[in-house]
Amino acid sequence: MMTPTLPTFLMISAALFCIGLLAALSRRHAIFILIGIEMMLAAAGLNFIAFWRFGPQPAPPIGVMVTIFAIAIAAAEAAVGLALVIAVYRHYRTTDVDQVDQLKG
Amino acid sequence: MNSAAFFFIAVLTLSAAVAAACLRQLVHAALSFAVALVGVAAFYFLLGAEFVGLVQVFVYVGAVAVLIVFTILLTRHGTDENRGFNWSGVVIALAVLAALLWAIMRTPALYVAAQPGVTVTVRQIGEALMSDYVWPLQCVGLLLTAALIGALVLVLEEKR
Repeated sequence: MMTPTLPTFLMISAALFCIGLLAALSRRHAIFILIGIEMMLAAAGLNFIAFWRFGPQPAPPIGVMVTIFAIAIAAAEAAVGLALVIAVYRHYRTTDVDQVDQLKG
Repeated sequence: MNSAAFFFIAVLTLSAAVAAACLRQLVHAALSFAVALVGVAAFYFLLGAEFVGLVQVFVYVGAVAVLIVFTILLTRHGTDENRGFNWSGVVIALAVLAALLWAIMRTPALYVAAQPGVTVTVRQIGEALMSDYVWPLQCVGLLLTAALIGALVLVLEEKR
C-alpha cells in the first residue's frame, strides 16, 4: 500500500460530494436534503485542507482559514434550514418536499 | 502519513456516508451522518490540521447532528417514512462522480509529494484571524447572529 497522495484525497472528497448530491437529489424528506448539503460542504472543506497540505510550504494557512469559515457558515445554514423544516411541518403536517407545492404554478 | 490509517478512515467515512444517504430510518441516517463527519475530522487530523478537526467535531457532531436529531424527533409522525426514492438522482450523482474522477485523473499537476511535518498551530490561526481575517471574522459573527435570530423567528408560534 502506498502513502496517500493528493489525488486519493480528491477522489475521496469527490465520492463524498456525490453521495451528498445523491442524498439531496433522490430523497424526498427535507432533513435528508439538508444532510446531503452538509455532506457536500464537508467534502469541499476536505478539498481545501488537502490542497493546503500538498501545496508549496511554508505557506499562509489559507485553506485552513477557508475551511473554518465554511464550517461556521454550514452551522448557520443548518440552524436556519432545520428551523424552516419545523415551520413547514407546522404548516403542512408533512416534511415530504414533494407535497409542499403550494407555490407551484 | 500512515496509509493503513488512511485506508481505514476512507472506508469508514464513505460507508457511513452511503448509509446516511440510503437508510430508511431517519434517526439511523442522522447517526451515520455523524459518523461520516467524524471520519472527515479524522482526515483533517491526518492532514495536519488538528484545530480544524477539533472544530469539525465540536460544531458538526456536537451541534449540527444533535440539532438534526432534535428536528427528527419534533417532526416525526405516525406513518413511517417509507417514501419513494428518486432514481434519476442516482444517475446524476454517478455522472458527476465520473466527471470529477476523470478530471482528477487527467490532471498530472496534482501528483506532487507531500512535504513532511507540515502543520498549523492554533497560534498561527489566531494571529491570522486577528490580522488578515478580521473582516471575514466580523462578517461571520454577524451572519451567525442573524441566523440565530432568523431561526428563532421562523419557529415562533404564530399568533392567531
